[in-house]
Amino acid sequence: MTIHQISVFLENTPGQLAEFTRLLEKAQIDMRALSIAETQDFGILRLIVDDPYKTVNVVKEAGYICSITPVLAVEITDKPGSLVKMLTALSDGGVNIEYTYAFTARKKDMAYMVLRVNDSEKAVKVLMQNQVRPVSQEDLAGLFED
Amino acid sequence: MERYYQPEIECASREQIRAWQNERLVPTVKRVYENVPYYRHLMEEKGVTPDDIRSVDDLYKLPFLTKEDLRVAYPYGLLAVPLKDCVRIQSTSGTTGRRVVAFYTQHDIDLWDECCARAIVAAGGTNEDVCHVCYGYGLFTGGPGLNGGSHKVGCLTLPMSSGNTDRQIQFMCDLGSTILCCTPSYAAYLAESICERGLQDKIKLKAGIFGAEAWTEEMRHDIENKLGIKAYDIYGLTEISGPGVSFECSDQHGMHINEDNFIPEIIDPKTGEVLPEGSVGELVFTCITKDAFPLLRYRTRDICVLNYEPCPCGRTHVRMSKPMGRSDDMLIIKGVNVFPSQIETVLLNKGYPANYQIIVSRENNSDKLEVQVEMTPEMFSDNLSQVSAREKELVDALKAMLGIHAIVKLVAPKSITRSEGKAVRVIDKRNLY
Repeated sequence: MTIHQISVFLENTPGQLAEFTRLLEKAQIDMRALSIAETQDFGILRLIVDDPYKTVNVVKEAGYICSITPVLAVEITDKPGSLVKMLTALSDGGVNIEYTYAFTARKKDMAYMVLRVNDSEKAVKVLMQNQVRPVSQEDLAGLFED
Repeated sequence: MERYYQPEIECASREQIRAWQNERLVPTVKRVYENVPYYRHLMEEKGVTPDDIRSVDDLYKLPFLTKEDLRVAYPYGLLAVPLKDCVRIQSTSGTTGRRVVAFYTQHDIDLWDECCARAIVAAGGTNEDVCHVCYGYGLFTGGPGLNGGSHKVGCLTLPMSSGNTDRQIQFMCDLGSTILCCTPSYAAYLAESICERGLQDKIKLKAGIFGAEAWTEEMRHDIENKLGIKAYDIYGLTEISGPGVSFECSDQHGMHINEDNFIPEIIDPKTGEVLPEGSVGELVFTCITKDAFPLLRYRTRDICVLNYEPCPCGRTHVRMSKPMGRSDDMLIIKGVNVFPSQIETVLLNKGYPANYQIIVSRENNSDKLEVQVEMTPEMFSDNLSQVSAREKELVDALKAMLGIHAIVKLVAPKSITRSEGKAVRVIDKRNLY
């Protein structure tokens, strides 16, 4: 019940991200979501893409250091309060969130939260108990079809 | 009027100095041969016996000692007296993390203190001065050396040690320090802090004795102007005793080597041959008055030149130039000896690739050490705090090995230039030599 996130090491200097996205353009890779965590020296780029395996090959080939990380993606209604509900459920279940970011898709009135948690299995269980089913890799592909 | 701590020694004739050296060298070699098996082996390998050494002219026959020997013989291998006769150990960093230790009898400490006392008097010190010592105290020789010298001169000694700038300045103002002893970079930092606080009129400093690291003439003028003092250079190394092996006089054209204790030579660092007077080469010292740790022909790796011309100050002991560089890859950062190989050892131990770069710079007169390391798949994680924790682990390991803080910068793989021949591991932006 997790999806693949691509994590990439980038130096924190001008032009690094532009150069990286040029690589994705060349390989015709479609991004669903992007987030960066940075220090003064470097950043960790986190991507959700249409084709994770192809992306990893392209990125590694180009000399970048990257990894595939399992993360949870959860669909919530795009209105005030829906995030609170999900987070409360996770917190009550004792799940710790390491980082999170959001994206939207073509489906109207819906938003998607990507979550990296300390215990994915437990998180999935807690979400299911609260009638929330995490998005699977297949679901993800469907979200971007017309 | 130039003043001297021991005028009969410091201004002795060259013939007298030579006579002292001859009469002290011969028994020292004999004693080392008898009591230090490590050095006796070296002499045997060269086919030299104590009988071959009859005067300073024969010095070239003796084998050299290097920091590597000190490492191999660690800790007691070069000790020339029973341990029970020793009263002190001082230490300095070594090449592979193993430190170099030096031993002192009370007699050795007295001689060392006298050398430092000569430096303090040459800088104008008397028993009416307040000598503010903010070299580090402890294993480092800076604090203990100048502290001992200051006692000999009879100065009121302030054993401040390094750090805590607020307290340094407060004591300087409240207690009227007149002579400042510390590293030149710390002196520059203190000078800046004093100016920033507008306390120039509150301090009574007249002279500074600064050593343990390379500094430029510009830095000297900067410190002199800001503090309104005259700044004197002092040179030394733990292996030979500590600060005070040589020191500047009022003329400030080179540092007088205390030749009654240490015989200097200049050699070709590649061949080991003794070079003619006035040549630039590696400085080598032979200790002729020490009991516990009398190193013979110790290679300092400092490149400099000796000047035997008479000095206007009246001292007759030879003057050495400021070191112009090193014959090995040792760096002196914040007064601490750092070898690239030490950094490499830490990186390899921690699982990082051997491809790294060391960048040394000086910001606000303070040395900065940056180690650039290429990121590896094993070190990488999607989790920032994990990567940062590994980075911190490396910083801590470097600090434990080097004794000073290094900034670690993780860079992209293959981003450190690979050269065709010898890798350029060190970029020193300080332009000290």
